[in-house]
Amino acid sequence: MPTVSVKRDLLFQALGRTYTDEEFDELCFEFGLELDEITSEKEIISKEQGNVKAAGASDVVLYKIDVPANRYDLLCLEGLVRGLQVFKERIKAPVYKRVMPDGKIQKLIITEETAKIRPFAVAAVLRNIKFTKDRYDSFIELQEKLHQNICRKRALVAIGTHDLDTLSGPFTYTAKRPSDIKFKPLNKTKEYTAFELMNIYKTDNHLKHYLHIIENKPLYPVIYDSNGVVLSMPPIINGDHSRITVNTRNIFIECTGTDFTKAKIVLDIIVTMFSEYCENQFTVEAAEVVFPNGKSSTFPELAYRKEMVRADLINKKVGIRETPENLAKLLTRMYLKSEVIGDGNQIEIEIPPTRADIIHACDIVEDAAIAYGYNNIQMTLPKTYTIANQFPLNKLTELLRYDMAAAGFTEVLTFALCSQEDIADKLGLDISATKAVHISNPKTAEFQVARTTLLPGLLKTIAANRKMPLPLKLFEISDIVIKDSNTDVGAKNYRHLCAVYYNKNPGFEIIHGLLDRIMQLLDVPPGEDKGGYVIKASEGPAFFPGRCAEIFARGQSVGKLGVLHPDVITKFELTMPCSSLEINIGPFL
Amino acid sequence: MADGPVAELLLRRLEASDGGLDSAELAAELGMEHQAVVGAVKSLQALGEIIEAELRSTKRWELTAEGEEIAREGSHEARVFRSIPPEGLAQSELMRLPSGKVGFSKAMSNKWIRVDKSAADGPRVFQVVDSMEDEVQRRLQLVQGGQAEKLGEKERSELRKRKLLAEVTLKTYWVSKGSAFSTSISKQETELSPEMISSGSWRDRPFKPYNFLAHGVLPDSGHLHPLLKVRSQFRQIFLEMGFTEMPTDNFIESSFWNFDALFQPQQHPARDQHDTFFLRDPAEALQLPMDYVQRVKRTHSQGGYGSQGYKYTWKLDEARKNLLRTHTTSASARALYRLAQKKPFTPVKYFSIDRVFRNETLDATHLAEFHQIEGVVADHGLTLGHLMGVLREFFTKLGITQLRFKPAYNPYTEPSMEVFSYHQGLKKWVEVGNSGVFRPEMLLPMGLPENVSVIAWGLSLERPTMIKYGINNIRDLVGHKVNLQMVYDSPLCRLDAEPRPPPTQKAA
Repeated sequence: MPTVSVKRDLLFQALGRTYTDEEFDELCFEFGLELDEITSEKEIISKEQGNVKAAGASDVVLYKIDVPANRYDLLCLEGLVRGLQVFKERIKAPVYKRVMPDGKIQKLIITEETAKIRPFAVAAVLRNIKFTKDRYDSFIELQEKLHQNICRKRALVAIGTHDLDTLSGPFTYTAKRPSDIKFKPLNKTKEYTAFELMNIYKTDNHLKHYLHIIENKPLYPVIYDSNGVVLSMPPIINGDHSRITVNTRNIFIECTGTDFTKAKIVLDIIVTMFSEYCENQFTVEAAEVVFPNGKSSTFPELAYRKEMVRADLINKKVGIRETPENLAKLLTRMYLKSEVIGDGNQIEIEIPPTRADIIHACDIVEDAAIAYGYNNIQMTLPKTYTIANQFPLNKLTELLRYDMAAAGFTEVLTFALCSQEDIADKLGLDISATKAVHISNPKTAEFQVARTTLLPGLLKTIAANRKMPLPLKLFEISDIVIKDSNTDVGAKNYRHLCAVYYNKNPGFEIIHGLLDRIMQLLDVPPGEDKGGYVIKASEGPAFFPGRCAEIFARGQSVGKLGVLHPDVITKFELTMPCSSLEINIGPFL
Repeated sequence: MADGPVAELLLRRLEASDGGLDSAELAAELGMEHQAVVGAVKSLQALGEIIEAELRSTKRWELTAEGEEIAREGSHEARVFRSIPPEGLAQSELMRLPSGKVGFSKAMSNKWIRVDKSAADGPRVFQVVDSMEDEVQRRLQLVQGGQAEKLGEKERSELRKRKLLAEVTLKTYWVSKGSAFSTSISKQETELSPEMISSGSWRDRPFKPYNFLAHGVLPDSGHLHPLLKVRSQFRQIFLEMGFTEMPTDNFIESSFWNFDALFQPQQHPARDQHDTFFLRDPAEALQLPMDYVQRVKRTHSQGGYGSQGYKYTWKLDEARKNLLRTHTTSASARALYRLAQKKPFTPVKYFSIDRVFRNETLDATHLAEFHQIEGVVADHGLTLGHLMGVLREFFTKLGITQLRFKPAYNPYTEPSMEVFSYHQGLKKWVEVGNSGVFRPEMLLPMGLPENVSVIAWGLSLERPTMIKYGINNIRDLVGHKVNLQMVYDSPLCRLDAEPRPPPTQKAA
């Protein structure tokens, strides 16, 4: 969930009133926001870098507000204020207009070289804007928030904003070899080739995260003006030449990306949020984008869409009984201008370009419910009549757990993920013999594979509890995973029961006795006939030679028991003899 | 008569005494070790109210071993004086006497003796006075006779410095008659025996009282793990509410069921390598229900079922990628898909509690795997009010009654609501779960009828357990590093019972 940080006093000034912290927290909660933290720049620096560094910092109160991940229109002070003011019916939602320029329209021409790396671009112009320091900061901060969220860290969309008065169109969006791109980037004093820049930015804490997007591509995306000035090399850096300042009056905005829909949404959000400060409020100057196939479109789209939803549908989905007129009013408070039309039960809802999150009637229903107030909805119980059933495997597991404890064994809970070493080397097996599923992106060795046996987890538990009085008698009933090409995903869980006895003597007879008890509980008689169980001498690398037996029950092999091999004991950093038992309980269902 | 002759003697003396007696005095009178008398006092005390004994400590001066020797034989200087014959003694010879060195210098400073250094065969020692008073011996004999108080403070401290005298603390008992005083006592039995029962002798025997302050002996037993005890309680709650358990025994899931089927777009951050464990082997799902996959693909890329869709290029390869499921909602999706294939539709209530996996940064409250609890109701005409009603019942069974709901965003539910409860300890509202109505874009491609709504909620198993058992670090609860003593000591899980007050926090 993105967090937006705004100056409290600036926020209250824009809202036209002040709130106590509690009142504002309450307002946020009702609207689906969360007042996450009340702090100041000074406090933040002092927390992160100590009091000394914080000495000169501002102690203006900051509100950190958590915003739902799909509400890009609330990612800056301007949007938050507009959303809350409309919600509290203090203002009407502004109407955003795209206008054609008096003179020539700004053009962005896309060449076909971009197709393989970053094929989409859209653009727009904010004309006669008036920044202040706070507005300018908010403008930069919004771009950063969009980059981190909807733009997926610039992979899907990257935004460039430029001082139009320093440039001369038409602009060209193309892709070139890194060594052929040369310009002075933001915050540098000289020109570098793209190749050089990528090296320099490897140590830049902010930019290094974006390099991978284009790094290994033969061509890098780049935007030029008609004089060959580099506007930007998306998604990495803008040119210094066209940098915007607090005094910039005309802004050229370009969004490039790999997702056309999201590029259009991002452009819409920026211009709707900041056209508030244009001389003609809430108007945006169109720009023309010419595609490689010669066709062209004008942007921003700023599309208003009409949806029709029946009032009784909203009532039915929420569980309220409001008149269509009231529902239309509720929706209007959510920035969705609505009116009752037709037979008096139809509500026509206008979806503004700021609300790209509204893609279905259910999104409209939610907004009606939020405006009504979730906590005002009458709670009722559904009349759904059902008979409960347990999942048979879990039912058996529950029953066995209690009787394992009654038999004097203590339950442990170990991780399903572990290292290759745990399930192979330490048990004297080759990893290929385990049929384990392998994780492709583990951050540490602890998450290399899903376990194929419960034994390592139990032995590791003993190793962590060597100070406990002996004997240790432990068990676990849980799932292991084995590759299996007969299932849709190619792997299958098996429910295992594993028990260990750790003491100064191996205690095979105790583990054997536990097996007899388990079979008694499962109503499986001793003997090979009539679906009974037997154990037969066997061997396994994890067991001491001659001290291992395979368990057969109901005509199939279900597991093994025995005295662990001294090598296994040593590899798990244990010192005492140990016997173990592990069976698959699936066959006993 | 039991408890030995000392106890018996003590009782006789006590009977004859006027009010009481002192254990040390008695020992002196009887001419026995004080410790023997103390033993008798203690054994009589254990019998109940026979005697009363009050512990007293007194300080006393006692002679050291050397002091006793001097009281008997005289001081070193006196011994030196007496050993000199009228014709004198060679100094070298005198020094070889046992008291020679110490005694010589003291006798010299007392001016009892003199040294003639001009003698022919080396220095010779002669008596100076005819007789002397051995003051040291006299004083020590006074202390020995119990008359230490006759010595002045200065004299005592001088003797102490010479290590002839020491002050000792003596613990004695002042013994007096108890409320059940008697001179004839019999030994108490410790335990009832079969013989006593058969002979009936227990009727006439006194029994030694038990010490009820001592701890009992804990039974040898196995124990259930606290987290799984809580899991059992949650299962019980769902079963009481008529919810059927879904199969969740598949940790490995395809991206399709984990994300795409839930209308979670392919560029969603949760599908990042940073958040999800993907598989190298088996890397891809072998089979997907292709008809359904086509409907899902269309809904994502173009919309449909009343939706605008996400308008992006949906890729089958992305959907085939295998992973460790990141939530149990993938199992719910499978269960709902199976439900949709059954005609006609029958309403259901489902639940599951099982492990999920996240490739995220680990800290005190986050592990790479944890348990998720999920409840699902599918029926015609379910409302948000119904969802809140079910949640109220569910949380009431957990002992949580003060609830409120906050609008929220989840990719696959709309409307969505976070559930908050008022935490008495923290004095604030804390999130206890997440909930919502599954999106039509998820349900309709499965083939569920249009007027069927599915409400759902979820929470983690670990969080309520940590609160319940007062555990701050998740590693103390889950995994192989837990302390087994914690497992041995954990109480029953009774979710609706008042929790134990948290341990008082130390001031920072």
